[in-house]
Amino acid sequence: MKKRVVITGLGVVSPNGVGIPKFTEAIKNGVSGIRFLPELRDLNFSCQLGAMPIISEEKKREYLSELQLRNFNSSGILYGIIAGMDAFKDAKLEPAKNDEEPLWDLGIIFGSGTSGVEKFREAIYKIDDKNVRRLGSNSVAQTMTSGVSAYLGGLIGAGNMVTANSSACATGAEALLMGYEHIADGKATYMLCGSTSDQGPYIWGGFDAMKVTTYKYNDSPEKVAGPMSADASGFVPGSGAGAYLLESLENAQKRGATIYAEILGGSVNNGGQRGGGSMTAPNSIAIQKCIKDALKDANIYASEIDYINGHLTATIKDPDEIENWSIALDRKGNDFPYINSLKGMVGHCLAASGSIEIVSAILQLHEGFIFPNVNCENLHPKIDEIISQERISMKLLKTSLHTIAKASFGFGDVNACAIFKKI
Amino acid sequence: MNSEEIYRLLEPIIKTYLPEDVSAKEINRDSDLTRELNINSAHLVDIILDIEDEFNIEFKNEDMESLRNVNDAISLIQQKISA
Repeated sequence: MKKRVVITGLGVVSPNGVGIPKFTEAIKNGVSGIRFLPELRDLNFSCQLGAMPIISEEKKREYLSELQLRNFNSSGILYGIIAGMDAFKDAKLEPAKNDEEPLWDLGIIFGSGTSGVEKFREAIYKIDDKNVRRLGSNSVAQTMTSGVSAYLGGLIGAGNMVTANSSACATGAEALLMGYEHIADGKATYMLCGSTSDQGPYIWGGFDAMKVTTYKYNDSPEKVAGPMSADASGFVPGSGAGAYLLESLENAQKRGATIYAEILGGSVNNGGQRGGGSMTAPNSIAIQKCIKDALKDANIYASEIDYINGHLTATIKDPDEIENWSIALDRKGNDFPYINSLKGMVGHCLAASGSIEIVSAILQLHEGFIFPNVNCENLHPKIDEIISQERISMKLLKTSLHTIAKASFGFGDVNACAIFKKI
Repeated sequence: MNSEEIYRLLEPIIKTYLPEDVSAKEINRDSDLTRELNINSAHLVDIILDIEDEFNIEFKNEDMESLRNVNDAISLIQQKISA
């Protein structure tokens, strides 16, 4: 018998708000974290816009000691630590004391795309300068993929599995489902899951070169055409982190924890880079299968879904995603669930996109609202043909939600879909 | 530079790497850096780099092996400065 799994803590470091209260306020009001970045202009980027969280030196010191911050240069690890520790504290859990045993029942799955790219750049310059001995002791910890989970593990004293997954833009949703399964199988009581992404030119450059980012709004960051818009011309790269503390339902009830949502189930699959799928494009059949498998795993009917938090990146692929949801759920027009995408406000936070968006989805489910899908006054005609405009709210909508779906898709043809229910 | 002057410059470097539960008052010349002051052994390389910067000297791999306590550091620094 599988254990039921719930979410009892949330944390977020988003370009439009750091911490759950500020983030909730920002998404309700459609506040954008997208800004013009002179650094990208000076480096001849096509897209000179970016979205990154603002963290003061003071804020850093709430989470890390002076010693830990010495020569610290990894934005992704910093964001992951803040989001992860916030989720942990939100669940009202206490770290293991230094002289105690680790928390054997608490594990961590916290993913990233690449880790510590700024620190890695620093190291490469020293190595090429024949000065490898000057790297110091923290180059490895800040550049290893598992750096973020390792830092969190130490701060908390986690004693169960502590690892970092990586599946491009599906990383956050995959981490959630891996943690869910670990608890459902009875292997842990608590799993701190999430994902993070570095910021800046060295992580965004490859996307700029691929021309998947938009070059049209460098002078007007507040007007970037949003997801599902007919004018969508590419995404704005972002960064940040999102985190969720997963816990067995029985344990959460026993200790009287606040329950944000139950994770009913989900699915992770791959399009195999076949049937239209490639390193960079999705196999639509695989996406549809992923959604259908998630419903089956959650043991619910497609008709029960009343809201979808889309992957929807504001590229030419958005209509394909809507079509895939419509086919998988066998719902269209007015019968289609509400749908939106956070990327209009925070850009595409890459490996962190899934986790920040999952936090936004859980907040909507918990509080009963749908945030505005910004800058989509001109809905893409192909989307308009499939679903009714009413299902995409441009304004904040207060409505109670019961069962919702979140999907993320990523390079390598990876797909992940999770189903949540309010209990 | 006499050992007292070296110690005055060395102490703040070591202090930087103390764990939160070890007070700077516990630093003395016989303190074993990792066993008594509980400094993470990985940080010994950082201490060496900071010493190199402060005294404008350079250590070799073999020098690292003989570094156990504060006095070891002082005598190593003295050797390098006078070399």
